[in-house]
Amino acid sequence: MELDTGVTAWMLTSASLVLLMTPGLALFYGGMVRGKSVLNMMMMSFGAMAVVGVIYVLWGWSMSYADQSFGGIVGNPIEQFGLGGGGVLDDAGEWVVDGGLPIIVDVGFQATFAIITVALISGAIADRVKFGTWMVFAGIWATLSYFPMAHMVWGGGLLSDEGPFVFGDAVPIDFAGGTVVHINAGVAALVLALIVGRRKGFGSEPIRPHNLPLVMLGAALLWFGWFGFNAGSAYGADGAAGLAWVNTTTATAAAILGWLITEKLRDGSATSLGAASGVVAGLVAITPAAGDVSPVGAIAIGAIAGVLSAFAVGLKFKLGFDDSLDVVGIHLVAGLWGTVALGFLATETGLLYGGGIEQLGVQVIIALVAVVFAGIVTLVIGLALKATMGWRISEEEEVSGIDLAVHSETAYETIQQGSVIKEVRA
Amino acid sequence: MKLVTGVIQPHRLDDVKSALEAAGVRGMTVSEASGYGRQKGHTEVYRGAEYTVDLVPKVRIEVLVPSEDAASIVDVVVNAAQTGKIGDGKVWTVPVDDIARVRTGEHGDAAL
Repeated sequence: MELDTGVTAWMLTSASLVLLMTPGLALFYGGMVRGKSVLNMMMMSFGAMAVVGVIYVLWGWSMSYADQSFGGIVGNPIEQFGLGGGGVLDDAGEWVVDGGLPIIVDVGFQATFAIITVALISGAIADRVKFGTWMVFAGIWATLSYFPMAHMVWGGGLLSDEGPFVFGDAVPIDFAGGTVVHINAGVAALVLALIVGRRKGFGSEPIRPHNLPLVMLGAALLWFGWFGFNAGSAYGADGAAGLAWVNTTTATAAAILGWLITEKLRDGSATSLGAASGVVAGLVAITPAAGDVSPVGAIAIGAIAGVLSAFAVGLKFKLGFDDSLDVVGIHLVAGLWGTVALGFLATETGLLYGGGIEQLGVQVIIALVAVVFAGIVTLVIGLALKATMGWRISEEEEVSGIDLAVHSETAYETIQQGSVIKEVRA
Repeated sequence: MKLVTGVIQPHRLDDVKSALEAAGVRGMTVSEASGYGRQKGHTEVYRGAEYTVDLVPKVRIEVLVPSEDAASIVDVVVNAAQTGKIGDGKVWTVPVDDIARVRTGEHGDAAL
């Protein structure tokens, strides 16, 4: 098929937008931790960019989108290793084009998804893990959990419309990553929070966000970047992309309202952290549905996501697991909700649009498969790393601050520190 | 000589400063402080988790005065700092043995 410059230009733009989400996430997360660990928190996002950005072109693309599939679970990592094998650049030296888009552009677009998914997990284990262990985890988890999940859902695998879970008109719907990105990362976050254990002082000492303006700036950048994530997933510069854009904004706006009203009624105040969190909950929930619901359906998805997540973030205190920045309460809960909501609100096949129960059944199945798959894979990786490299820094380092202990830096210089700085090595 | 110390609401500082200047006080030391009395701090909520912050911001103001002026200066501070609400603060005096002006080496009342 012939190259479409409009589509190609939009997809290059979308890839750039999605890449910006990860530094945005670094700000969102960084503001939420204490001042003594903000740099480590941000470095976990930048570290994910570094590791996944390299392995994606080596074997990530091939494991996700190779023609040869192992049981519909994962693509052959060798087939297009290093973007070879003719899938991206053909034997005549021409860029392979599909749907008007050169595949090499899709490689860039997809790489940014893999990066942000890994980075999302870091919020569950803030302030307390060895940076080296995190970097190794990033590479192994992307390889064993993200790439297979992308293959299953988007690469023609088990959870795609070519898999076994197709009932009549009802095929699995995951427009931009409810299962692949948010359920995947949310389950990994829960499992890692349990393996790594609680921070010192969790539940007994106040652990407050140190910079809420950073959190709000991060949420704004995530929203902006998410237009690439969702509207880019239309793979066209057309009305479908426009629908995804409008749904993305509408659901997010409704989620802010849902979260703030919940807070106002329950806690007495509508907070800035609640607004920023509502932004992310809405963006997550609309991700799987952005191309397959109406804008009015998007309002329902977003508003309910905001309320659900506002309640879900309190669970960690009741159940005693330290999911530090609520990756479970927001990404897993809103990701599950958005994926399942399609069973009701998909305009072609949803229950509320006169469809049968089939779409709901398909959505519940793909959500459950994603939960089980990510749970088992992350459990194995997490325990293996615990037994070998170890996850935790020492208690003393954690109390004095991971930034200084692990990175030999502090984010905010004080006069006292400044007065003793001497240049000791040029 | 006496040292008058007041711990007051930060937003009353400008009025207290003006009132002291009008009463003839020519110097003072002001510092940021934190503390609590009967008002017992405030509550903050982050994603539904409530934290009680018991220390709230205050301003500490210190003035050295001749012994005979101390009582009236205390009244000046109290009148200027008062809002009538819990958390207005306290003012107290303590006797001072000696004062030295660093620039000249003068002692006692001459150093005031």
